[in-house]
Amino acid sequence: MVKKTAIEFQVNGESRTLEVFPMARLLDVLREDLHLTGTKEGCGEGECGACTVKFNGEIVNSCLVPVAQVAGASITTIEGVAQGDQLHAVQQAFIEHGGAQCGICTPGMILAAVDLLERNPAPTEADIRNGLAGNLCRCTGYMKIFESVVRACQK
Amino acid sequence: MRAYIPSYQLTTPASLADALALLGDEPGVWKPFAGGTDLMVLLEAGKLPHRNYVNIWPLRELRGIDMSDTHVTLGALTTYTDVQANDVLQSEFPMLCQAASETGGLAIQNRGTLGGNIINASPAADSPPALLAYDAEIELVSRDGSRWIPYDGFHTGYKQMNMRADELLARIRLPRQTVPLKPYYRKVGTRKAQAISKVCFAAVAGREGDRLTTVRIALGSVAPIVLRCKQTEDAIRGQELNDETMTRARETLMREISPIDDVRSTADYRLRVAANLLVDFLVTSRS
Repeated sequence: MVKKTAIEFQVNGESRTLEVFPMARLLDVLREDLHLTGTKEGCGEGECGACTVKFNGEIVNSCLVPVAQVAGASITTIEGVAQGDQLHAVQQAFIEHGGAQCGICTPGMILAAVDLLERNPAPTEADIRNGLAGNLCRCTGYMKIFESVVRACQK
Repeated sequence: MRAYIPSYQLTTPASLADALALLGDEPGVWKPFAGGTDLMVLLEAGKLPHRNYVNIWPLRELRGIDMSDTHVTLGALTTYTDVQANDVLQSEFPMLCQAASETGGLAIQNRGTLGGNIINASPAADSPPALLAYDAEIELVSRDGSRWIPYDGFHTGYKQMNMRADELLARIRLPRQTVPLKPYYRKVGTRKAQAISKVCFAAVAGREGDRLTTVRIALGSVAPIVLRCKQTEDAIRGQELNDETMTRARETLMREISPIDDVRSTADYRLRVAANLLVDFLVTSRS
């Protein structure tokens, strides 16, 4: 049996130190240890993107990251996207243009879109489709999501 | 059923030397763990049989893409995102970039590594056919030293590899082309994106007149390993690219590969698609 060890990392700009099993999924540590339940679990195997977070500035599926690998790293979850009460342009666009339906895919969609706009502030339609390609929606809401990202680019 | 997390160890060595010492001290006890895009799926399904892992993800020694006059050398931890961002790879090794762009979505491409794609040894992996067609070599390191071997021949059977338990895949080397070779890469899946291959076809061709003087062909998802198809190459090399050659090449390929029925496709479909891709490759090479 493996012992828990202390792992320190930044979550949404705040330093956290946790006693965890090294192979625990980052997704579970975020939700269960840190009570950051905005990050969702969909498939648990890297197909759906519901658990998307940023790991040192790059989006990853947190269900596929063992927590030992985030030691010393910086993690951003959906809870860290807004600046206080000020929503990110992508979040505001999802509200205004119906980008969210049941909400399970929404945190991952928003993180993927925020990441896309940071890398590429003026994406083409194809860039947006590629940027969202790893995120599945089962409310058949892709067009509203796509339009929300287009609108966010126009702000 | 989900795995019991406390039974899995994941230890982070301070350096490559420390990682190799761990692999060498207790051969077979420790296995390397890179971006986790394959291993974590097995973990969640309760099907990760091995218990002790060395976390190689932070090892800088295994990253980076280096250029020399003759080779491009990639660290084993080069991600699919790293591959696509590299201008030399984009211009000289476009099939590797295409394989990288067609593997998962961005979140997977940020974590999946070329080394992991090789060592996971899935016959359906998408970068190995490109690596085989580009005549890649790989470097296996241990605390006793390093050896470069051709990538072709590394996979000896389903999930079987020509490496020792104390060895780690460190680098992948691609010879830069001295004469321009025409690439042909097709991944055939259920959808255009986010699908595992039913057949993956990678080939390069160098032509003189109406004959191919250089031809290298590799396929994924059609055999227990990703396969370099040398018999098919022999049926093509130096021959006039007429109907007779194409028929013979097609028949040779259908004998050389051994696809199966599985959850993603059928043996019959894979045979026909592989043969059709070969003909398309030859027709494209001729034009």
